[in-house]
Amino acid sequence: MARLTPDRRRIVRDAVGVGLAVGAYGLSFGAIATSAGLTVLQACALSLLLFSGGSQFAYVGAVASGGGPVAAVLTAVLLGTRNSLYGLRLAPLLRVRGVRKFAAAQLTIDESAAMAVAQDTPPRSRLAFWSTGIAVFVCWNLATLIGAVGAESLSDPKDLGLDAAVGAAFLALVAPRLREAGAGTVFTVAALVALGLTPFLGYGLPVLLAAVAAVAAGWRVTGKTRELEHVG
Amino acid sequence: MMLWIGILVASVGCYLLKLAGLSLPQRVLDAPFARRAGVLLPIALLAALVAIQTFTDGQRLVVDARAAGLAAAVVALALRAPFLVVVVTAAAVTAGLRALT
Repeated sequence: MARLTPDRRRIVRDAVGVGLAVGAYGLSFGAIATSAGLTVLQACALSLLLFSGGSQFAYVGAVASGGGPVAAVLTAVLLGTRNSLYGLRLAPLLRVRGVRKFAAAQLTIDESAAMAVAQDTPPRSRLAFWSTGIAVFVCWNLATLIGAVGAESLSDPKDLGLDAAVGAAFLALVAPRLREAGAGTVFTVAALVALGLTPFLGYGLPVLLAAVAAVAAGWRVTGKTRELEHVG
Repeated sequence: MMLWIGILVASVGCYLLKLAGLSLPQRVLDAPFARRAGVLLPIALLAALVAIQTFTDGQRLVVDARAAGLAAAVVALALRAPFLVVVVTAAAVTAGLRALT
């Protein structure tokens, strides 16, 4: 830590903060997973091997609602497609090869991607990606185990407001990105479409469809801005 | 047993999706399409996740204590609070409101 400049120390501190916040969320994942009928081992396997909160909740949610394994896998994988797009964005920043790429792939999630792209230079992006990815991986897996084992004894995570912390974490992650051209439109359209579709489609698909609709809407807005810049 | 198979298939599928993103050739990234999608897509996905985490309960739309927590998070962000403060503020406001009601 002594060799880190204040800027880089701040990145690591934020990464640990993200890890702890997500860890708190992992407690509820572990608890929800076992109460949905998964064993402690299965809950931990999901966190270790799948390691993507949205997809894991989608999987467990589908199992809990009697959706069957095929529906569970489908929702989880569909929700995981966004990690491909994070990877696309991260590849030129990380420039990883060989074994490190296989490790980086597993750590490519909402939080590590958001933290990495929020930095202004590639070295800071790399530090943000690895520190956030590792912090979240450690906290998420430990918390899953604790939550799963303690499912019966743990008081409702809602008593601590942990469910609200998740939305706030996503909001804090997206906030620095809202300065981009068209970001306001994209944010609003995505939120409204996701909420509008949830009563009909449940968890999973609305997030993806909302993202597609919002990117299309944002495309039109930023396209128009560019045309205006061209004319001016 | 089906649960285990499902967990493994979903994990392999999600891992390959992650790896594919990091492995696609650079020229795919240089396309203006990929670059703009790369900027706009995380915003869209995170916005959808914020909305769903805060205003849904299963398949129902709800406005409950989490909305107050999110509002507190917006205030904290406007005051340039660090990430952890934003998240803890949201949780504390939500928990406090639940304790009162």
